[in-house]
Order: sequence, then structure tokens, then C-alpha cells
Amino acid sequence: MAGHGHGPVENPIYGMVAEFDSADELLAATKQATAAGYSKTDAYSPFPIHGLAESLPNGTDDRVPWFAFFGGITGCLLGFGLQYYIAVIDYPLNVGGKPLNTWPQFLPVTFECTVLCTGLTTFISQWALNGLPRLHHPIFNAPNFDRASQDRFFLCIETKDPKYEPNETAAFLNGLGALNVAEVAR
Amino acid sequence: MATEPMGGKRTQLIPENFIDNEHDYESVTDIIARVVLNPRPPLVWFIVTAIGFVGLNVMLMAITWLILRGTGIWGNNQPTGWAWDIINFVWWIGIGHAGTLISAILLLMRQSWRNSINRFAEAMTIFAVMCAGLFPLLHTGRPWCDYWLFPYPNILGMWPQTRSPLEWDVFAVSTYFTISVLFWFLGLVPDIATLRDRSQSLWAKVLYGVASLGWRGSAKHWFRYEQATNILAGISAPLVLSVHTIVSYDFAVSIVPGWHTTIFPPYFVAGAVFAGFAMVLTFGLPLRALYGLKDFITEKHLDWMAKITLATGLIVFYGYVLEIFYGWYSGNVYELALVNHRFAGPYASFYWALIFCNGVWPQALWSHKLRKNVPFLFVTSLVIGVGMWLERFVIIPMSLTRDFMTSSWGYYSPTIWDWLLFLGTMGFFTFLLFMFIKVLPFINIVEMRDLLHKNQHTFGHDASDEHTHDVEEVH
Repeated sequence: MAGHGHGPVENPIYGMVAEFDSADELLAATKQATAAGYSKTDAYSPFPIHGLAESLPNGTDDRVPWFAFFGGITGCLLGFGLQYYIAVIDYPLNVGGKPLNTWPQFLPVTFECTVLCTGLTTFISQWALNGLPRLHHPIFNAPNFDRASQDRFFLCIETKDPKYEPNETAAFLNGLGALNVAEVAR
Repeated sequence: MATEPMGGKRTQLIPENFIDNEHDYESVTDIIARVVLNPRPPLVWFIVTAIGFVGLNVMLMAITWLILRGTGIWGNNQPTGWAWDIINFVWWIGIGHAGTLISAILLLMRQSWRNSINRFAEAMTIFAVMCAGLFPLLHTGRPWCDYWLFPYPNILGMWPQTRSPLEWDVFAVSTYFTISVLFWFLGLVPDIATLRDRSQSLWAKVLYGVASLGWRGSAKHWFRYEQATNILAGISAPLVLSVHTIVSYDFAVSIVPGWHTTIFPPYFVAGAVFAGFAMVLTFGLPLRALYGLKDFITEKHLDWMAKITLATGLIVFYGYVLEIFYGWYSGNVYELALVNHRFAGPYASFYWALIFCNGVWPQALWSHKLRKNVPFLFVTSLVIGVGMWLERFVIIPMSLTRDFMTSSWGYYSPTIWDWLLFLGTMGFFTFLLFMFIKVLPFINIVEMRDLLHKNQHTFGHDASDEHTHDVEEVH
């Protein structure tokens, strides 16, 4: 973040991108980049690869399940509260002296409200935390990047990375067995 | 890193390959994306879509006439206050359940054979719930007042009765529809990104580009995406059970003979999965042949789907047997009379047709050969579809026309408008499904690539990676 403070001009180069042929090569390369001390990196793949996010610095994030959990609790309370309010507070109806708070009969709606709110918070928080929808991203300038959604695997080291040095980084990525290494304009 | 060799070992227990022949990421992507991006769909697509479109228009006419004239145009009468509207509601919503079972429950159980059938089964769920929802909404008689079903502060000072299973239905079905759409869309986004990157025309690029929400396949995104997928699957699994349980409460909570039994929730859920898998086969088998997807929807898939159909069919049949048992064991003269009414009453032919369709015919699926016989499976799926419709017919008008007092007995028969609306929803469903196939990939491409990747680890086709070495070290 400190990098942004220097001035109004951003680095015109977004980062250095390496293209790989297989998921296993990408995973191995990512691990080596992290081991080499690169900290502003991201990997791109056409399907989720287990262990890939874990091998990136700050790659994992457990906020989605927590959002889902609290969304569920909120839905549960709202669902039950709604029925309690209807049946006990706002419109109490005495049916043969039966209790007003018939909680077992409130459970189906409470359950459905819990599920609905869990699902909505999961869905919304997933997109929000991913920063999507987003119209454009510099990584799309990478050569061949249309294959990142098909059959190729990419590793990007950003210029924001304190260890980023064009020649060294390119040499490092080439050494990992990349098919192709290129600088990407922002 | 720690989980992958574990996963590899677990899949080695059952070394099943769910992709036939040699494929790579490119061929899988190409075969599935071609269905959408090919500018000219096959002739059969046009024919089926046109038939669906005719059906859709029949449905719209039936609805228009219904709204103009009221529910009196249906065969509903006293004592049969609800008939085809609830039969078709239960039938359609049951069909939807297989989609959720395949996409959620089989995902949680790590059944990777679901990867090639989940997408269009999920689409079927959404379209089936749309068809299902129409019937109760129209049956209210004043569909323009249907928002009264939801609790909202109003000048009448009235609330819906949340102690009633019918109101539970409102919450269950609307939640089910919402969650199914979210789950389906979440799964679609990375595939839409693939279409964005493969499409040639500017329009397709723009539209798929917008719909893909800027998905770029970042590992950090995939991580949250998988968390969200697992959470949605985790909540969908109990949700789907709750929906059909609540649908069965519409009946089981009442005291009408033949409805007031505790077997209803599990028997309804099993029936829903039974009907749903049959519908997956009804549409899956022709699509598989039409688009040449035999490598992805393999004989093994057909075999296993047939086995699930057989298993759930047996549960349903067990339900029929228990209904007879309850009639006798309850010691209740009305319950027993209803059993006799089913066996020998004016609707007896429907009951025996039901036993034949759901009890007798599916037993053929014990045969290994028949489970892999595509024409036979197709016919079986149609027979089961009819059978499950008959089941709801047997439950609903049969009980309603023979309740406690002879003076309130009656007879029910449908009118042309019942038929047109029902057939119309079938057209609507077909039309939506075929439009879906044309604009979105009906097999999950991402999950197929994932399956291919795991296959490489399990079977070692060109897998020259560390895990192969792990296995060698073990030996």
C-alpha cells in the first residue's frame, strides 16, 4: 500500500507473467516463488487446484464461512422473530386456550429463513471479497491469457512486490520451466 | 498439498474413470463449448424447441382463459377442492429434486461421476420449480393477489398463518428456488468466462463478458469460490429434504384418510428423487446422443443413475406397501375403506397402473444389461414419469372423493383446461431447457477439467509429477 503514496503515477507495468502447461507445474512454480520470497503474486488456472491458494502468500481467507455463519444466525432469528411477532404480539388469536408461542410449528419457516440468509450471504460475500464483478483487470493484457479459462496456467509476480526486478524476475520465472514469460502492461 | 495424496489414495480404492477415451483440457472444453458456440444447432434442436414453443403458447392461453374465467374452468369441485393443480405442483417440484441431489448431496459425498450431469440437472431443477410454482399461484384464483402469501405489513392488519403447512410451502419453495438459482449461477460463472474467451462474435464476447463478471481464475478467487460452493451444497442438502417434507405435510398434517401417515415425508422425498432421476434420463439420453457426449456421460453414468432410480423406486414401493398395512393396522374403518377404494373403486385402474409403473416395471433395472440399454432406459424413464404422476393422482382425488361421510363423496374428472395447462407446462419446461442448452454450457466444463486432472493423478496418463513419485516411494 505504501507504494501508492509516492505520487500520482502508477507503474505502467502491472507485473511479470509466466505461462505453464499443467496444473502441477503451476503449483510447483508457485511454491518456489513463495519460497524465493516473492510476496505479491497470484496464480490463474482454468479450474480450482487444491493447495494452490495455500502456497501463495496471503492466498487463503476464511471470511466467507464466517459471513455465512452469521448470515445464518441472522436468518434464524429473523425467521423465528417474525412468526413470534405475528402470533404472539401483533395478532394473538386464542384457539381453544392453546399457547400462542407454538414454537414447534414455527420451526419449518425458521429453518427456511436460516437457509435463505446463509445462501444469500455466502453468495454475496464470495463476490464482494473477490472484488467482482469488475470490468477490466491488467492481467487480461497478458499474452495468451484467454487460455487461462481453458487449458493454460499462469503465475504473475506484480511490480508492487518489493523483490520485483524485471531481469531477475524474468530469469527466475524462466528457470521454473515456463512456456513463455512476459511483462504485462497495466 | 497434504490433501492431494490422500484424495489420490481414496480414489484408488475405486479406480473408476468417468471419462471415456483420451481427452485433454482443450478437447473437453471444445466439445462442450461447441454446443453453445456453434452458430448452427442441429435440426433436432430446432424441432424440439419449436414443439416446446408451441407448448409454451398453449400454457399462456390456458392461463389467460383461467384468469378471465376463474378456476371454475378446471374440473375441481366439491369435495375435490384441489386436484390437478396440486398433483402437478408436487409432480414438477419432485422432478426438480434430482438436480439438487446431484449437485449438492453427491458433491458433499465426493462422487465425481456427478460432474458431467450436474449442470443440466440443476437447470432442470430451476425450470421444474418454475412450472411447479405456477399451479398453486394460479389455484389461488386471483393470481394478482399472490403477494398476500408473503408476510408484509398491510392496511388490513392481517398476516399469513405461519402455523400452516401451506404457508411453510411458500417459504420452502421460494427459498428453494432462490438457492437453486444462486448455486447454478455460481457454478456457471467460470464456464461463462470460458465462453467469453472462446467466442468469435462481438455480441457473444460482450454478453458473455458481462455475465462472467470479470472472472479471471485467480487462485485466491477459486479458494473463496470453493468455500462458497461447499457451503451452498451443505445448505442445499437439508433444504431439498425439507422442501419435499413440507410438501408432504400439506397432506400428512390433515386427517383425511390416506394422507394422515408418518411415512409421507421420507416416501415423498424418495419419490421426488425417483421422478427426478427419471427426468434426467428422459432429457439426458437424447442430449447425449444428439451432441455426441458419450465420452462424458458414459455407460457407467447411465448404469449408476439407473441404480439410484431402482433404489429410490424400491423405497417408494415400500411406501405403497406400508400404506396398505396402515389401512389395516390403524384399525380405522375409514383408512381401511380407502385401501379397498384404491383396490376396487372407480379409480382402481389408476392405482394398478401406478403399481405397474413404479413397482413392477423398474424391477427390470436389476438386470445389468438393461441398465446399459439406452432405448430401454429412455422408455423406463417415461414410464416412471407417468407412474409418479399417477401416484399423486392416487393420493389426492382418491382420498378427497371418499372421506368420512357418504353425503360428501364425489367423483373427479379433469377438463380440457386441466390438460392444456399441464401439457403447456411441459412445453414451457422443454422450451426453457433447450434455450438453456443453446446459450449456456450444459455440462460443467470446469468440473470436467478438474476430473481430468484427478484422473491424471489416479491413472497416471502423462502425469509426470511429484505424486507419482510419492506412490513409488511407498512401494
